[in-house]
Amino acid sequence: MKRIGIDVGGTNTDAVLIDGEAVVCATKTFTTPDVTSGIKKALAEIVTSAGSAIEGVDAVMIGTTHYTNAVVERRNIGRAAAIRISLPASASLIPFCDWPSELSAKVNGGTYLVHGGHEYDGRPVVPMNEMEIVEAARAIRRDGVNAVAISATFSPLTAECEIRAAEIVKNEHPDAHVTLSSALGRIGLLERENVALMNASLIGLADEITRAFSSAVSESGLNASLFITQNDGTVARAELARDYPVFSFASGPTNSMRGAALLTGIKHAMVCDVGGTTADVGCLINGFPREANNVVEVGGVRTLFRMPDLLSIAIGGGTIVSEDASKIGPQSVGYRLGHEALVFGGKTLTCTDIAVAAGLADVGDKALVQNLDKAVIDAALETVHLRLAEAVDRMKTDATPVPLLAVGGGAMLIPESMAGISEVVHVEHESVANAVGAAIAQISGETDRIYRDMDREDAIESARENAIDNAVKAGADSETIQVIEVEDLPLSYLPGRAIRARVRVVGEARSTPQ
Amino acid sequence: MAGLALRTPNQTHRVLTADDVEALAIGAWILGTGGGGDPYHKLLNMRQLYARGHTVTLIDPMSLESDASVAVVSNMGAPIVGQERLSDPEFSARPVRMMEQYLGRKFDAVMALEIGGGNGLQPLLIAALTGLPVVDADTMGRAYPEAQMTSVAVGDLRCFPFAMADIRDNEVIIPRAESWTWMERISRKACTEIGSVAATCKAPRTGAEVKKHGILYTTSKAIRLGETVLAARRAHADPIEAVLEAAHGKLMFTGKVIDVERRATEGFLRGNAVIEGLGNDSGSKLVVHFQNEFAVAYKDGEPVVMTPDLICLLDSVSGEGIGTDIIRFGQRVSVLALPAPPVFLSPKGLEAVGPRAFGFDIEFSSVFDEALS
Repeated sequence: MKRIGIDVGGTNTDAVLIDGEAVVCATKTFTTPDVTSGIKKALAEIVTSAGSAIEGVDAVMIGTTHYTNAVVERRNIGRAAAIRISLPASASLIPFCDWPSELSAKVNGGTYLVHGGHEYDGRPVVPMNEMEIVEAARAIRRDGVNAVAISATFSPLTAECEIRAAEIVKNEHPDAHVTLSSALGRIGLLERENVALMNASLIGLADEITRAFSSAVSESGLNASLFITQNDGTVARAELARDYPVFSFASGPTNSMRGAALLTGIKHAMVCDVGGTTADVGCLINGFPREANNVVEVGGVRTLFRMPDLLSIAIGGGTIVSEDASKIGPQSVGYRLGHEALVFGGKTLTCTDIAVAAGLADVGDKALVQNLDKAVIDAALETVHLRLAEAVDRMKTDATPVPLLAVGGGAMLIPESMAGISEVVHVEHESVANAVGAAIAQISGETDRIYRDMDREDAIESARENAIDNAVKAGADSETIQVIEVEDLPLSYLPGRAIRARVRVVGEARSTPQ
Repeated sequence: MAGLALRTPNQTHRVLTADDVEALAIGAWILGTGGGGDPYHKLLNMRQLYARGHTVTLIDPMSLESDASVAVVSNMGAPIVGQERLSDPEFSARPVRMMEQYLGRKFDAVMALEIGGGNGLQPLLIAALTGLPVVDADTMGRAYPEAQMTSVAVGDLRCFPFAMADIRDNEVIIPRAESWTWMERISRKACTEIGSVAATCKAPRTGAEVKKHGILYTTSKAIRLGETVLAARRAHADPIEAVLEAAHGKLMFTGKVIDVERRATEGFLRGNAVIEGLGNDSGSKLVVHFQNEFAVAYKDGEPVVMTPDLICLLDSVSGEGIGTDIIRFGQRVSVLALPAPPVFLSPKGLEAVGPRAFGFDIEFSSVFDEALS
């Protein structure tokens, strides 16, 4: 199995060519404003340095932290309007009610509560008021908001209200992109609505990014399919990924953790991935990221995703340092690091400049930071070390010392020792661990169907077989398949015994075609 | 009860801070034994109410006048419905107003039917809107699914009248019922019809009844439990250890959820969760059955902990409570047993809330050597 893994971060675009579990070659370039040319450049470098080894590459897997960065940094996110079909219930807790205020101020493109929704048993709560939806859609169009998230009470059981509302919205506001909560989440109205709103706010960005990815790969001359990596360490076809950017939310850190495990051969450890914009801290158990157990917060918003248990803080190579080092972040110069950082001839003091001045890194022109005040360098490093150590400590669940795998382009910012850490491990290719992780992304298979007149056990077993079948068809090695999600909902409103069963399985990519 | 005499008069009224409410939500969720509803939505409502300047006063039950009139409140239904129909304080307060109108008399205070889960916060929502104080007590010391499973039912107090409100313009008052069980059956039917969730105001209690039959100081107990978890998290200590110590509990099992069967029937959420052992419990399986709340747990086929002992499933990492409505495949959980309120250990108490009351034909046996009071 030969694959190219690419990680497009806010600052760097990394690429690796993997043959089986071995890294053939790797490259690191700056992310470009158009995204495409950075990927093209990375792909071209891989093609050149691989030489004849490039033969037989059949898949390009791209992971990106763009979406997370957009939410964490509160930029590149669009406005989204919420239509919630729930009245007369749920009136006191309106959409965005549990969002951090500065984020909702950016995203909130209007909230509209309308009458309708279903009971748990499939009866309507009250008849849906279509006129209220028409009025909402017109108001949204008047306000110039083009992304709409629609949620309805008990829509995972029956999406009828959401689907009808989407038709009305598209009719009244043809430019609107509509995200339905029922397509994204499970039971839990507020969290499902949050995810739908986040998806809607990222839809513009997702469209742009996915286009850029596709054109870069098609122009590279490689005859390979494009996959986008997902939160759970698996991949999805690019077309699907465009409509659901939230599914790619945490893919960057998942990739870097899996990459770190492969590169170091260590399967139980803490991982700290310092990129250009954020540092992500997680915990590896048996080579896989520890999953968040309950509600996951992304940028301070509650969601119900299956995601790696991560703590992201705004510390990275591109993080802006104030002149006296009293303020570090949360802003990053991002991909402009290559000309805005002092060492690259720019005018902005960044963490990379601090690292170079302190002799921890050798990039750009060292001479350009030789006049930095030593007190400022020390103070900045101390703050960065303190914040990283704090983040690692927060993510540790027991007191036993474990190794810390230092990865990412900004790994030099990680202190050499920390409380509760047995050793800080650095390895070759550590700076491109996320691209390695993308290249070894797993293949998933899912099934979500209604089964009638079957025992629950039989229905789930049948769903499981289907899911495995789908995964194997998609290229998973049947020997390595694991069930990662089983969910069933008895549908008491349908005649006979009816059950909706959803099963998701993942497996390693097959090394040889079957 | 020995501590009671030490309380000074200025301790009988306490204005709850926003932090107290946060801690209460955590503690109540643990005592909810999986039910009573996730307190998160009620906590959000409380944050909004506090932000608008409302506050809530918690009062010592022993400071109630004997003839004081206390509203006993709860949301009734299947917890999963609460995940989709979000809590609304106006809706919670409606049956209290209905009851006042029916009785022709104003209430002096409001009290939780059950301290467990979101229902532990229900009186606070109403108190914030109405200005009534909240009594530091409840009638379960945890959460239970049915009306006859309370200390006031075990004490044979009157079960009526009863008021129920729907989010639509439907109101139900049951002026009289033959027994607590009849009250449960009739009200449950109505509740199921309106979507398996209803705001209710149970039979009003006098101050004297609360002092004699209430389970006292459970609100402050839940607040302390929540504070303990928060402190453990801040100190990166094991929150499970902290809960065990603070609540005199026993760790029964740790593992990972591998199956959940759940169905909303007859106004309840019923089913079971299968947990595969990790660490010391590796190789074993624990099956926990629930009817809104966790009722009985079988380890490798043998019953190991059962109601009225509290069965609490906590997130092994955060120590947060896990409800029967949100427990799911893959979660890493710790199963704890906490001691039951003594009133439920009497023959009459066990008849109301022992394993047989939930359809399990087994003799109650506590994991605790003797009841802690």
